[in-house]
Amino acid sequence: MATSTPPALPPLRPAGGAPPARKRRANESVSTWRWTDRIGYVLMWGAGLLVCAIGLSIVVYMMFRGLQYLRPSLIFSHPQAGLDQSKTGGFLDPLLGTILLTVLGITIAVPIAIGAATWIVEYGRPTWLARLVDSGIEIIAGTPDIVIALFGLVLFQQGIFGWMSFTAQGGAVFGRSFLTAGCMMSLIAMPMVFAATREGLQAIPGHVREASYALGKTKAATIRRVLLPSVKANISTGAALGMGRIAGDTAIVVVLLGATLTLDPEGGVPGLKVLKGTGGTLTSFVYNNSPAGEGNAPQKAYAAAFVLLLIVVALNFAVDLIARSGAKTGLETSRLGAK
Amino acid sequence: MLERLREPWTDRRAERVLGALACLVLLIIIFMIVFVALRAWPSFRENGLSWFSAKGNADVQMSRMVNSGANPTNADYQFGAWPLIFGTLLTTVFATVLGLVFSLLSAIFIVEFAPEGIRRLIVPVVRLLAAVPSVIYGLIGILVLTPFVGNHLISSGRKKSVEFVIQLSGTSLLVAVVILTIMITPIMIAITVDGLYAIPRAWKEGAVALGVNRWRAMWTVTVRAARPAIMAGAVLATARALGEAIMIAMVSGAKAFSPNPADGLTFIFEPMNTLAANIVQNSESINAPAMQATLYATALLLLVGGFALSLGSWIAKQPLKKYGTRA
Repeated sequence: MATSTPPALPPLRPAGGAPPARKRRANESVSTWRWTDRIGYVLMWGAGLLVCAIGLSIVVYMMFRGLQYLRPSLIFSHPQAGLDQSKTGGFLDPLLGTILLTVLGITIAVPIAIGAATWIVEYGRPTWLARLVDSGIEIIAGTPDIVIALFGLVLFQQGIFGWMSFTAQGGAVFGRSFLTAGCMMSLIAMPMVFAATREGLQAIPGHVREASYALGKTKAATIRRVLLPSVKANISTGAALGMGRIAGDTAIVVVLLGATLTLDPEGGVPGLKVLKGTGGTLTSFVYNNSPAGEGNAPQKAYAAAFVLLLIVVALNFAVDLIARSGAKTGLETSRLGAK
Repeated sequence: MLERLREPWTDRRAERVLGALACLVLLIIIFMIVFVALRAWPSFRENGLSWFSAKGNADVQMSRMVNSGANPTNADYQFGAWPLIFGTLLTTVFATVLGLVFSLLSAIFIVEFAPEGIRRLIVPVVRLLAAVPSVIYGLIGILVLTPFVGNHLISSGRKKSVEFVIQLSGTSLLVAVVILTIMITPIMIAITVDGLYAIPRAWKEGAVALGVNRWRAMWTVTVRAARPAIMAGAVLATARALGEAIMIAMVSGAKAFSPNPADGLTFIFEPMNTLAANIVQNSESINAPAMQATLYATALLLLVGGFALSLGSWIAKQPLKKYGTRA
């Protein structure tokens, strides 16, 4: 540890030389401590209270600004380009974009994450490959989202992925669409779903599996009928966390979705044309409307940021709810076992 | 037999399909390195090792790249990334060190000393801080902190002292570091708290029974034993700080300027830029070939940095296995 080295243990006598009074618990009183300990104690209280203060002030400030500027009409009207803030519309399109992108990303992420987690816990042979996959997912989790975005851009500009986005006359692939952004967003969410699923599977006692085998089920059937249903809560927790990450990510939206103001469908096939088109999300809307972007409409940025914060908090709340109901599921699992 | 055929998946097939999904992850990583490196190559080829050095004004070089058109010449590729690398190092190191002290103290508070009421408040607050999207931090930074720093903390004398080198407007290293610290601290707190809880309580109680006070017991026994977890948390937070793009792009001033420590306290008020933030700011002109190579080169550097940190966190976690705890 490079931080302050802990002071050496004091000699074996009561701290501060206070007489060891039996009735009073001397150790509980800070006034008998050495001054180094007292400084640490005070700093610790300060740090704890500062964390509370910062968190609460951010929430209160965003709420204040959000409620000040948020109007229902903002949510239900399309954004328009314009110089006058009163004529630039609301953020219906970015809101839809956030929802679409989140659903798309998590839909791609969940099967891959569950598959990888199940394989690692239930099969995991050869061991070196399992270990490699495990650290691979950790590496993906540690990769900056902007790098993932640039990787997505080069990947989906290859000719074979031309169907996923706009293709120009000469055959150049644009590489930016909801589909491509969704695929890369799934990389952001996947590690969380993976970790939650793996944790759940590892927590299931071995005799549950053995009981299933004893009843004549194959390993595949055990996974599908016994193991995966009992880690449902874990998977949902991971998915909710992953959705929060996707909804809050900006870099991939800016690079891979085009971060346009409205949803711009591409091609003629209904449904697919929105997915093939570019668009924007709440995060890119906030970024573009902040002084750092082109729009520079702080009031709309505050309103959109407030909605975004509500979405993220709601997802976190969902994690809590699932975890609470997951406790019940966990109990059932153990009842399946020994208890 | 008939029943086994009716089973949707045989074991073999299940193992192969699931294994293929798992290996897809490795394939993605390999693709990521190869593709990013291929696109980054022209920039490294034209610059050699001087890519990492401070040569000329990086902002001027980048605007030349944007204007260089479809067939850039050797001169258009010239780029010295040092100001960006220096900015990244400054923000990451400052934020991690500040965050480490701050998160360690808060974690001790949460685990050991906080009264029940405050603990019930602080735990959701930490989780909320970890969940807030970076763009919201950036918005608060650029609309609240930056004007405050620009108007109240930087005196006009200080602005004048460096006015021929750089304009001080409030978008600064200071704001970037402060917000980055707030962003990464919750991650560190979460991992440190887990690490502290994982240390057997009896160890600390033993120390208390020998007569040291609660703080000293916590600090010398539990915190020491939890050092691997604390390190792992710090490394993870460093990775987050390294890759933070949007927030820094909003508050740092978007100038490829190396803050000069020789300026004294003015140093922390000088604008700067980081590798990741630079990519976001220039993402619209990524179709110019020279710009593209340069941006992918910075991305490759971030990718390598991320790998190194993943390796670092793996190494940091190794001693944890001694206690049989999972991090």
